[in-house]
Amino acid sequence: MQELRDLAKKLFQEKRVDAILGYEIDRRGGVRPAFATQIEDCDRLVFDHRCVHNLASYVSPRRTHVADLGRLGIVVKACDARAIAGLIRENQIKREDIVLIGMRCGGVVRDPAISEPLDPANVAQRCIGCEQREPTLYDHLVGAPKPAPAGERRRNARLSEIESMSPEERLALWKELLGRCTRCHACRQVCPMCFCERCVADKTRPAWIETSPHMRGNFAWHLTRALHLAGRCVDCGECERACPAQIPLGLLNRKAANIVAARYGYTVTDDPAKPAPIGAYRLDDEQEFIA
Amino acid sequence: MSDTSFEPSIVAFVCNWCTYTGADLAGTSRITMAPNVRIIRLPCTGRIDTLFIIKAFERGADGVIVSGCHPADCHYTAGNYHARRRFAIFRELMDFVGIDPLRVTFSWVSASEGGKWADVVNTATERVRKFGPFQMYPKPAEYVGE
Repeated sequence: MQELRDLAKKLFQEKRVDAILGYEIDRRGGVRPAFATQIEDCDRLVFDHRCVHNLASYVSPRRTHVADLGRLGIVVKACDARAIAGLIRENQIKREDIVLIGMRCGGVVRDPAISEPLDPANVAQRCIGCEQREPTLYDHLVGAPKPAPAGERRRNARLSEIESMSPEERLALWKELLGRCTRCHACRQVCPMCFCERCVADKTRPAWIETSPHMRGNFAWHLTRALHLAGRCVDCGECERACPAQIPLGLLNRKAANIVAARYGYTVTDDPAKPAPIGAYRLDDEQEFIA
Repeated sequence: MSDTSFEPSIVAFVCNWCTYTGADLAGTSRITMAPNVRIIRLPCTGRIDTLFIIKAFERGADGVIVSGCHPADCHYTAGNYHARRRFAIFRELMDFVGIDPLRVTFSWVSASEGGKWADVVNTATERVRKFGPFQMYPKPAEYVGE
């Protein structure tokens, strides 16, 4: 913790940043994202297993209030660094415009309000089996190496369970799950990779995606969202955490990621130079479904 | 005709340069084919957003055909390659949420393949006829009833 604060102060002193985006303790004792805009703020910065939020969401270019702060330093875990790499890859930000404070991470909890120490019961599922204990995209790397979190890896269990269902059962399941959606678009707002200036879901002439929370709009929206994130989703789990209806959106994203991995051998990394699979093609791509 | 009176309505999104011309050839060659397909002409398969397919189903289509130039024949060099990746992923996602991906027929039909177009139309129509009407979306009245 002190190492992070000292580094933050040093960055301000050397005038390398105008603001640092990190985490602080909130009024209830949990953790929340915070901006340090002056050197005095640096003592508020914390980093621990409750720092769930993906701060890369704040640096997407549509958040102009963040861009107005000036040169930004940002605290990133390995998963957040993948989102930053995605934004660089897709020309949304420039690498030289941000200072990345990479954190060695031993996994985070499911909910930032959980105050107990990290244990197999409260660890976020995405952290179990996560192989990246530290980002490879960073300017400064902070903290001591941490062990991988313990816990039973159930990540793909639910996915294969759904895959083994009959199509009718799958449809019934998704009708129930997506039927809960109120189309609040929290999943989009929180997603670091959903940065379009004008989202297709907001278009009304014609309304490609119905805006009312009807099954039509809900299926159109969630299928489109998953497709637009295929090969881009960094698996930070923020959509699922933000969803007020507790729809397991990560399932759709992970399914898309699996498809992309199986078909195009692509997994999302924090290397901005690695091209994404959508927007690229190979002459010999599999086309078994095309007559 | 099958034993039911169900006639599927099928929307075909086709590219201007190959399949549309191929369908035109099928017509001028007086090939008989199922009359269930409504063609929507687009510049390229690369122009076909997956939302077009979703929208077709929302508006009452029972099946969709997507067709364009064969690989290496794209008028715009690479539109069909991009489309191929997009449809490959979309198709599997459809399957994952329980919508039968076979309701959507993907094919490459060139400008000279009038006969193949007729085959694609007939095969898709027969297949969708067997599936029956696409009834995934509840009607507003069913919503109120819940």
